[in-house]
Amino acid sequence: MSDIKVLGPGCKKCHTVLAEVEAAVEQTGVKATIQYITDINAFADYGVFLTPGLVINGQVKASGKVPKRAEIVRWLTEA
Amino acid sequence: MTEILIPPLLGGYYEILEYLSAHVLTCLVPAFFIAGGIAAVVSTGAVLRYFGPTTPKPLSYGVASVSGTILAVCSCTILPLFAGIFRKGAGLGPAVTFLFAGPAINLLAIVLTARKLGLDIGVGRAVAAIVFAIVIGLIMAFLFRREEAAKAAREQASSQDFTAGMGEDGKPPFQLVAFFGLLVAILLFGTMQIAVGLKIAGLLLLIAVLALVVTRWFERDEIRNWMVETWTLAKLIVPILLVGIFVAGVLKVVIPEHWIANSVGGNGLQANLIASVVGALMYFSTLTEVPIVKMLVDLGMGKGPALALLLAGPALSLPNMLVIRNLMGTKKTAVYILLVVTMATVSGYIFGNFVG
Repeated sequence: MSDIKVLGPGCKKCHTVLAEVEAAVEQTGVKATIQYITDINAFADYGVFLTPGLVINGQVKASGKVPKRAEIVRWLTEA
Repeated sequence: MTEILIPPLLGGYYEILEYLSAHVLTCLVPAFFIAGGIAAVVSTGAVLRYFGPTTPKPLSYGVASVSGTILAVCSCTILPLFAGIFRKGAGLGPAVTFLFAGPAINLLAIVLTARKLGLDIGVGRAVAAIVFAIVIGLIMAFLFRREEAAKAAREQASSQDFTAGMGEDGKPPFQLVAFFGLLVAILLFGTMQIAVGLKIAGLLLLIAVLALVVTRWFERDEIRNWMVETWTLAKLIVPILLVGIFVAGVLKVVIPEHWIANSVGGNGLQANLIASVVGALMYFSTLTEVPIVKMLVDLGMGKGPALALLLAGPALSLPNMLVIRNLMGTKKTAVYILLVVTMATVSGYIFGNFVG
Protein backbone atom coordinates (compact mmCIF):
# COMPACT_ATOMS: atom_id res chain seq x y z
CA MET A 1 0.00 0.00 0.00
CA SER A 2 1.49 3.33 -1.05
CA ASP A 3 1.87 6.10 1.44
CA ILE A 4 1.30 9.47 -0.19
CA LYS A 5 1.72 12.80 1.48
CA VAL A 6 0.82 16.14 -0.08
CA LEU A 7 2.46 19.05 1.70
CA GLY A 8 1.36 22.64 1.49
CA PRO A 9 0.21 25.52 3.64
CA GLY A 10 -3.07 25.73 1.79
CA CYS A 11 -2.71 27.78 -1.36
CA LYS A 12 -4.28 26.98 -4.70
CA LYS A 13 -1.27 25.07 -6.04
CA CYS A 14 -1.32 22.71 -3.06
CA HIS A 15 -5.03 21.98 -3.51
CA THR A 16 -4.36 21.26 -7.18
CA VAL A 17 -1.67 18.71 -6.31
CA LEU A 18 -4.04 17.00 -3.88
CA ALA A 19 -6.76 16.84 -6.51
CA GLU A 20 -4.35 15.50 -9.13
CA VAL A 21 -3.06 12.85 -6.71
CA GLU A 22 -6.56 11.72 -5.83
CA ALA A 23 -7.45 11.51 -9.51
CA ALA A 24 -4.27 9.61 -10.32
CA VAL A 25 -4.89 7.13 -7.52
CA GLU A 26 -8.40 6.52 -8.78
CA GLN A 27 -7.17 6.22 -12.34
CA THR A 28 -4.51 3.62 -11.54
CA GLY A 29 -6.51 1.76 -8.91
CA VAL A 30 -3.38 1.64 -6.73
CA LYS A 31 -4.08 1.19 -3.04
CA ALA A 32 -2.84 4.26 -1.26
CA THR A 33 -3.32 6.41 1.80
CA ILE A 34 -3.29 10.11 1.03
CA GLN A 35 -2.43 12.63 3.73
CA TYR A 36 -2.63 16.37 3.34
CA ILE A 37 -0.14 18.06 5.62
CA THR A 38 -0.47 21.79 6.29
CA ASP A 39 1.79 22.28 9.31
CA ILE A 40 4.69 24.35 7.99
CA ASN A 41 6.95 23.08 10.77
CA ALA A 42 6.60 19.56 9.45
CA PHE A 43 7.63 20.20 5.86
CA ALA A 44 11.34 20.35 6.55
CA ASP A 45 11.15 16.99 8.32
CA TYR A 46 10.02 15.40 5.09
CA GLY A 47 12.74 17.12 3.12
CA VAL A 48 10.32 19.50 1.43
CA PHE A 49 11.51 23.07 1.27
CA LEU A 50 9.43 24.41 -1.58
CA THR A 51 5.72 23.82 -1.49
CA PRO A 52 3.64 22.21 -2.82
CA GLY A 53 5.45 19.00 -2.01
CA LEU A 54 4.61 15.43 -2.95
CA VAL A 55 6.14 12.57 -0.98
CA ILE A 56 5.47 8.97 -2.00
CA ASN A 57 6.64 6.18 0.31
CA GLY A 58 9.12 8.49 2.00
CA GLN A 59 10.67 9.85 -1.19
CA VAL A 60 10.25 13.44 -2.27
CA LYS A 61 8.89 13.21 -5.81
CA ALA A 62 8.01 16.80 -6.50
CA SER A 63 8.64 20.06 -4.79
CA GLY A 64 7.75 23.62 -5.68
CA LYS A 65 5.54 22.80 -8.63
CA VAL A 66 2.43 20.91 -9.61
CA PRO A 67 3.47 17.61 -11.20
CA LYS A 68 1.64 16.43 -14.29
CA ARG A 69 -0.91 13.71 -13.70
CA ALA A 70 0.97 11.42 -16.08
CA GLU A 71 4.02 11.80 -13.86
CA ILE A 72 2.03 11.02 -10.72
CA VAL A 73 0.58 7.95 -12.40
CA ARG A 74 4.09 6.79 -13.30
CA TRP A 75 5.33 7.25 -9.74
CA LEU A 76 2.35 5.37 -8.37
CA THR A 77 2.79 2.41 -10.66
CA GLU A 78 6.53 2.09 -10.13
CA ALA A 79 6.28 2.56 -6.33
CA MET B 1 -26.57 60.76 -0.90
CA THR B 2 -25.09 59.98 -4.29
CA GLU B 3 -23.29 63.33 -4.35
CA ILE B 4 -21.10 62.14 -1.48
CA LEU B 5 -20.36 58.85 -3.19
CA ILE B 6 -19.41 60.21 -6.59
CA PRO B 7 -16.08 61.96 -5.84
CA PRO B 8 -14.55 58.93 -4.06
CA LEU B 9 -15.72 56.55 -6.77
CA LEU B 10 -14.39 58.87 -9.45
CA GLY B 11 -11.15 59.03 -7.48
CA GLY B 12 -10.87 55.26 -7.64
CA TYR B 13 -11.67 55.26 -11.33
CA TYR B 14 -9.09 57.89 -12.23
CA GLU B 15 -6.44 56.13 -10.19
CA ILE B 16 -7.03 52.99 -12.22
CA LEU B 17 -6.77 54.93 -15.46
CA GLU B 18 -3.40 56.25 -14.32
CA TYR B 19 -2.12 52.74 -13.87
CA LEU B 20 -3.49 51.50 -17.16
CA SER B 21 -1.33 53.98 -19.02
CA ALA B 22 1.37 53.10 -21.52
CA HIS B 23 3.75 54.58 -18.97
CA VAL B 24 3.03 51.78 -16.50
CA LEU B 25 2.18 48.97 -18.87
CA THR B 26 5.42 49.24 -20.86
CA CYS B 27 7.29 48.15 -17.79
CA LEU B 28 4.76 46.03 -15.94
CA VAL B 29 3.96 43.70 -18.86
CA PRO B 30 7.60 42.81 -19.62
CA ALA B 31 8.15 42.40 -15.86
CA PHE B 32 5.41 39.77 -15.71
CA PHE B 33 7.07 37.90 -18.57
CA ILE B 34 10.39 38.08 -16.75
CA ALA B 35 8.85 36.77 -13.52
CA GLY B 36 7.08 34.04 -15.47
CA GLY B 37 10.33 33.18 -17.20
CA ILE B 38 12.11 32.90 -13.89
CA ALA B 39 9.44 30.61 -12.52
CA ALA B 40 9.46 28.40 -15.60
CA VAL B 41 13.08 28.18 -16.53
CA VAL B 42 15.42 28.82 -13.63
CA SER B 43 16.33 25.67 -11.76
CA THR B 44 15.37 26.19 -8.14
CA GLY B 45 17.59 23.31 -7.17
CA ALA B 46 20.65 25.28 -8.22
CA VAL B 47 19.71 28.08 -5.83
CA LEU B 48 18.59 25.88 -2.94
CA ARG B 49 21.98 24.25 -2.79
CA TYR B 50 23.32 27.46 -1.25
CA PHE B 51 21.04 27.09 1.74
CA GLY B 52 22.51 23.85 2.99
CA PRO B 53 24.26 23.72 6.36
CA THR B 54 27.71 23.17 4.88
CA THR B 55 27.71 26.13 2.50
CA PRO B 56 30.10 28.92 3.56
CA LYS B 57 28.06 31.50 5.44
CA PRO B 58 28.88 34.57 3.32
CA LEU B 59 27.52 32.68 0.32
CA SER B 60 24.35 31.67 2.17
CA TYR B 61 23.66 35.20 3.33
CA GLY B 62 24.40 36.64 -0.09
CA VAL B 63 22.18 34.23 -1.96
CA ALA B 64 19.46 34.50 0.69
CA SER B 65 19.27 38.26 0.24
CA VAL B 66 18.72 38.21 -3.52
CA SER B 67 17.10 34.89 -4.23
CA GLY B 68 13.69 36.24 -3.30
CA THR B 69 13.39 37.37 -6.89
CA ILE B 70 13.96 33.85 -8.11
CA LEU B 71 12.28 31.72 -5.53
CA ALA B 72 9.10 33.35 -4.52
CA VAL B 73 6.19 35.48 -5.43
CA CYS B 74 3.62 34.49 -2.89
CA SER B 75 4.16 34.29 0.83
CA CYS B 76 3.11 30.67 0.81
CA THR B 77 6.43 29.84 -0.79
CA ILE B 78 8.52 32.04 1.46
CA LEU B 79 7.36 30.67 4.82
CA PRO B 80 7.98 26.96 4.11
CA LEU B 81 11.38 27.73 2.65
CA PHE B 82 12.23 29.89 5.64
CA ALA B 83 11.27 27.02 7.95
CA GLY B 84 13.42 24.63 5.93
CA ILE B 85 16.52 26.83 5.92
CA PHE B 86 16.09 27.55 9.61
CA ARG B 87 15.63 23.97 10.77
CA LYS B 88 17.58 21.88 8.31
CA GLY B 89 19.76 24.19 6.37
CA ALA B 90 22.09 27.11 6.81
CA GLY B 91 20.44 28.19 10.03
CA LEU B 92 18.68 31.13 11.65
CA GLY B 93 20.75 33.92 10.10
CA PRO B 94 20.38 33.13 6.39
CA ALA B 95 16.79 32.00 7.00
CA VAL B 96 15.87 35.38 8.49
CA THR B 97 17.74 37.17 5.70
CA PHE B 98 15.64 35.28 3.20
CA LEU B 99 12.45 35.88 5.21
CA PHE B 100 12.93 39.63 5.04
CA ALA B 101 14.44 40.03 1.59
CA GLY B 102 12.10 37.61 -0.17
CA PRO B 103 8.97 39.74 -0.21
CA ALA B 104 10.96 42.96 -0.10
CA ILE B 105 12.79 42.56 -3.42
CA ASN B 106 9.98 41.08 -5.41
CA LEU B 107 10.84 41.94 -9.03
CA LEU B 108 7.37 43.13 -10.03
CA ALA B 109 7.13 45.30 -6.94
CA ILE B 110 10.49 46.99 -7.54
CA VAL B 111 9.59 47.72 -11.15
CA LEU B 112 6.22 49.20 -10.25
CA THR B 113 7.76 51.16 -7.37
CA ALA B 114 10.39 52.68 -9.64
CA ARG B 115 7.73 53.57 -12.18
CA LYS B 116 5.08 55.10 -9.94
CA LEU B 117 7.12 56.44 -7.04
CA GLY B 118 10.34 57.31 -8.77
CA LEU B 119 13.60 55.62 -9.69
CA ASP B 120 15.25 56.83 -6.48
CA ILE B 121 12.72 55.09 -4.22
CA GLY B 122 12.73 51.99 -6.43
CA VAL B 123 16.48 51.63 -6.24
CA GLY B 124 16.47 52.65 -2.58
CA ARG B 125 13.98 49.93 -1.82
CA ALA B 126 16.02 47.24 -3.54
CA VAL B 127 19.32 48.29 -2.00
CA ALA B 128 17.98 48.79 1.52
CA ALA B 129 16.14 45.49 1.38
CA ILE B 130 19.25 43.55 0.43
CA VAL B 131 21.61 45.31 2.82
CA PHE B 132 19.33 45.24 5.80
CA ALA B 133 18.20 41.68 5.16
CA ILE B 134 21.80 40.63 5.63
CA VAL B 135 22.24 42.91 8.65
CA ILE B 136 19.11 41.61 10.35
CA GLY B 137 20.10 38.03 9.63
CA LEU B 138 23.58 38.55 11.06
CA ILE B 139 22.27 40.28 14.18
CA MET B 140 19.79 37.51 14.86
CA ALA B 141 22.41 34.82 14.26
CA PHE B 142 24.65 36.63 16.72
CA LEU B 143 22.00 37.18 19.38
CA PHE B 144 20.93 33.55 19.34
CA ARG B 145 24.32 32.01 18.62
CA ARG B 146 24.38 29.69 21.60
CA GLU B 147 21.02 28.21 20.72
CA GLU B 148 22.08 27.79 17.11
CA ALA B 149 25.33 26.06 18.04
CA ALA B 150 23.48 23.64 20.31
CA LYS B 151 20.98 22.92 17.57
CA ALA B 152 23.67 22.32 14.96
CA ALA B 153 25.37 19.81 17.24
CA ARG B 154 22.05 18.06 17.78
CA GLU B 155 20.72 17.96 14.27
CA GLN B 156 23.79 17.12 12.22
CA ALA B 157 21.78 17.56 9.09
CA SER B 158 23.45 16.73 5.84
CA SER B 159 23.39 19.18 2.98
CA GLN B 160 22.05 16.35 0.93
CA ASP B 161 18.63 17.29 2.27
CA PHE B 162 18.71 20.40 0.21
CA THR B 163 19.34 18.76 -3.09
CA ALA B 164 16.92 15.86 -2.81
CA GLY B 165 13.96 15.96 -5.15
CA MET B 166 15.39 18.71 -7.34
CA GLY B 167 15.70 16.55 -10.40
CA GLU B 168 15.64 19.19 -13.10
CA ASP B 169 18.89 20.41 -14.64
CA GLY B 170 19.12 24.08 -15.38
CA LYS B 171 19.67 25.49 -18.83
CA PRO B 172 23.22 26.52 -19.75
CA PRO B 173 23.99 29.88 -18.12
CA PHE B 174 24.70 31.79 -21.32
CA GLN B 175 21.27 30.89 -22.71
CA LEU B 176 19.68 32.18 -19.51
CA VAL B 177 21.71 35.38 -19.71
CA ALA B 178 20.65 35.93 -23.32
CA PHE B 179 16.99 35.19 -22.57
CA PHE B 180 16.69 37.38 -19.48
CA GLY B 181 19.03 39.99 -20.89
CA LEU B 182 16.73 40.49 -23.87
CA LEU B 183 13.64 40.62 -21.65
CA VAL B 184 15.25 43.23 -19.41
CA ALA B 185 16.36 45.19 -22.47
CA ILE B 186 12.77 45.21 -23.70
CA LEU B 187 11.61 46.47 -20.31
CA LEU B 188 14.22 49.22 -20.11
CA PHE B 189 13.88 50.22 -23.74
CA GLY B 190 10.12 50.52 -23.39
CA THR B 191 10.55 52.95 -20.52
CA MET B 192 13.18 55.20 -22.10
CA GLN B 193 12.28 58.71 -23.08
CA ILE B 194 12.70 58.58 -26.84
CA ALA B 195 10.62 59.26 -29.91
CA VAL B 196 7.67 56.92 -30.24
CA GLY B 197 8.60 55.75 -33.72
CA LEU B 198 12.12 54.89 -32.63
CA LYS B 199 10.80 53.12 -29.55
CA ILE B 200 8.39 50.92 -31.49
CA ALA B 201 11.04 50.03 -34.05
CA GLY B 202 13.52 49.17 -31.29
CA LEU B 203 11.01 47.09 -29.37
CA LEU B 204 10.00 45.15 -32.46
CA LEU B 205 13.64 44.43 -33.17
CA LEU B 206 14.29 43.22 -29.62
CA ILE B 207 11.17 41.07 -29.64
CA ALA B 208 12.24 39.55 -32.95
CA VAL B 209 15.65 38.65 -31.55
CA LEU B 210 13.99 37.22 -28.45
CA ALA B 211 11.70 35.08 -30.60
CA LEU B 212 14.75 33.78 -32.44
CA VAL B 213 16.61 32.95 -29.25
CA VAL B 214 13.62 31.24 -27.72
CA THR B 215 12.70 29.11 -30.71
CA ARG B 216 16.31 28.06 -31.10
CA TRP B 217 17.17 27.15 -27.53
CA PHE B 218 13.90 26.40 -25.81
CA GLU B 219 11.80 23.28 -26.05
CA ARG B 220 8.12 23.56 -26.90
CA ASP B 221 7.30 22.54 -23.35
CA GLU B 222 9.48 25.22 -21.83
CA ILE B 223 7.94 27.96 -23.94
CA ARG B 224 4.48 26.74 -23.00
CA ASN B 225 5.50 26.63 -19.35
CA TRP B 226 6.78 30.18 -19.57
CA MET B 227 3.47 31.41 -20.96
CA VAL B 228 1.49 29.43 -18.39
CA GLU B 229 3.56 30.76 -15.48
CA THR B 230 3.27 34.33 -16.75
CA TRP B 231 -0.47 34.02 -17.15
CA THR B 232 -0.87 32.34 -13.75
CA LEU B 233 1.03 35.17 -12.10
CA ALA B 234 -1.06 37.76 -13.90
CA LYS B 235 -4.31 36.02 -12.90
CA LEU B 236 -3.10 35.88 -9.32
CA ILE B 237 -1.83 39.43 -9.00
CA VAL B 238 -3.64 41.76 -11.38
CA PRO B 239 -7.22 41.53 -10.03
CA ILE B 240 -6.17 42.26 -6.45
CA LEU B 241 -3.81 44.96 -7.68
CA LEU B 242 -6.69 46.66 -9.50
CA VAL B 243 -8.76 46.53 -6.32
CA GLY B 244 -5.83 48.00 -4.38
CA ILE B 245 -5.45 50.79 -6.92
CA PHE B 246 -9.16 51.57 -6.80
CA VAL B 247 -9.19 51.64 -2.99
CA ALA B 248 -6.10 53.88 -3.00
CA GLY B 249 -7.87 56.23 -5.37
CA VAL B 250 -10.96 56.31 -3.17
CA LEU B 251 -8.93 56.91 -0.02
CA LYS B 252 -7.01 59.70 -1.72
CA VAL B 253 -10.27 61.61 -2.02
CA VAL B 254 -11.64 60.65 1.37
CA ILE B 255 -8.70 60.98 3.76
CA PRO B 256 -7.99 64.56 4.87
CA GLU B 257 -4.51 65.66 3.82
CA HIS B 258 -3.61 67.06 7.19
CA TRP B 259 -4.00 63.64 8.87
CA ILE B 260 -1.24 62.33 6.65
CA ALA B 261 0.93 65.43 6.68
CA ASN B 262 0.76 65.57 10.48
CA SER B 263 1.56 61.94 11.12
CA VAL B 264 3.99 61.00 8.37
CA GLY B 265 4.79 64.23 6.57
CA GLY B 266 8.37 65.34 6.25
CA ASN B 267 11.31 63.07 7.05
CA GLY B 268 11.60 63.24 10.82
CA LEU B 269 12.35 60.23 12.99
CA GLN B 270 8.80 60.04 14.30
CA ALA B 271 7.24 60.07 10.83
CA ASN B 272 9.53 57.25 9.75
CA LEU B 273 8.79 55.28 12.88
CA ILE B 274 5.04 55.62 12.47
CA ALA B 275 5.29 54.52 8.84
CA SER B 276 7.41 51.50 9.81
CA VAL B 277 5.03 50.36 12.52
CA VAL B 278 1.98 50.78 10.32
CA GLY B 279 3.76 48.88 7.57
CA ALA B 280 4.72 46.07 9.92
CA LEU B 281 1.16 45.56 11.10
CA MET B 282 -0.70 46.06 7.86
CA TYR B 283 -1.17 43.28 5.40
CA PHE B 284 -0.33 44.02 1.76
CA SER B 285 -1.09 41.64 -1.06
CA THR B 286 1.68 41.37 -3.66
CA LEU B 287 2.17 44.73 -5.36
CA THR B 288 -0.67 46.51 -3.56
CA GLU B 289 1.76 48.34 -1.30
CA VAL B 290 2.71 50.51 -4.28
CA PRO B 291 -0.65 52.19 -4.97
CA ILE B 292 -1.25 52.61 -1.23
CA VAL B 293 2.12 54.27 -0.65
CA LYS B 294 1.65 56.41 -3.78
CA MET B 295 -1.67 57.57 -2.41
CA LEU B 296 -0.09 58.52 0.92
CA VAL B 297 2.74 60.35 -0.83
CA ASP B 298 0.20 62.27 -2.92
CA LEU B 299 -1.51 63.23 0.32
CA GLY B 300 1.70 64.50 1.87
CA MET B 301 3.71 61.58 3.22
CA GLY B 302 7.45 62.21 3.14
CA LYS B 303 9.80 60.22 0.91
CA GLY B 304 11.61 58.74 3.91
CA PRO B 305 8.46 57.36 5.55
CA ALA B 306 7.40 56.10 2.11
CA LEU B 307 10.54 54.00 1.90
CA ALA B 308 10.06 52.83 5.49
CA LEU B 309 6.55 51.65 4.66
CA LEU B 310 7.77 49.90 1.52
CA LEU B 311 10.38 48.00 3.50
CA ALA B 312 8.31 46.99 6.51
CA GLY B 313 5.02 46.54 4.66
CA PRO B 314 5.49 43.51 2.43
CA ALA B 315 7.76 41.68 4.88
CA LEU B 316 5.43 41.71 7.88
CA SER B 317 1.78 41.73 8.75
CA LEU B 318 -0.23 40.74 11.79
CA PRO B 319 -1.30 37.37 10.34
CA ASN B 320 2.17 36.55 9.11
CA MET B 321 3.71 37.44 12.48
CA LEU B 322 1.60 34.69 13.99
CA VAL B 323 2.86 32.12 11.51
CA ILE B 324 6.46 33.18 12.00
CA ARG B 325 5.92 32.85 15.75
CA ASN B 326 4.82 29.27 15.16
CA LEU B 327 8.02 28.60 13.29
CA MET B 328 10.69 30.26 15.39
CA GLY B 329 9.08 31.02 18.70
CA THR B 330 7.84 34.17 20.37
CA LYS B 331 11.19 35.51 21.51
CA LYS B 332 12.94 35.35 18.13
CA THR B 333 9.83 36.68 16.39
CA ALA B 334 9.66 39.66 18.72
CA VAL B 335 13.35 40.43 18.11
CA TYR B 336 12.83 40.07 14.36
CA ILE B 337 9.88 42.48 14.34
CA LEU B 338 11.86 44.97 16.41
CA LEU B 339 14.81 44.74 14.03
CA VAL B 340 12.63 45.18 10.95
CA VAL B 341 10.88 48.25 12.35
CA THR B 342 14.21 49.75 13.42
CA MET B 343 15.90 49.10 10.09
CA ALA B 344 12.92 50.44 8.16
CA THR B 345 12.87 53.58 10.29
CA VAL B 346 16.60 54.14 9.92
CA SER B 347 16.54 53.50 6.15
CA GLY B 348 13.64 55.89 5.72
CA TYR B 349 15.35 58.54 7.83
CA ILE B 350 18.62 58.31 5.93
CA PHE B 351 16.88 58.22 2.56
CA GLY B 352 14.54 61.11 3.34
CA ASN B 353 17.20 63.38 4.74
CA PHE B 354 20.27 62.57 2.69
CA VAL B 355 19.25 60.96 -0.55
CA GLY B 356 15.75 61.70 -1.76
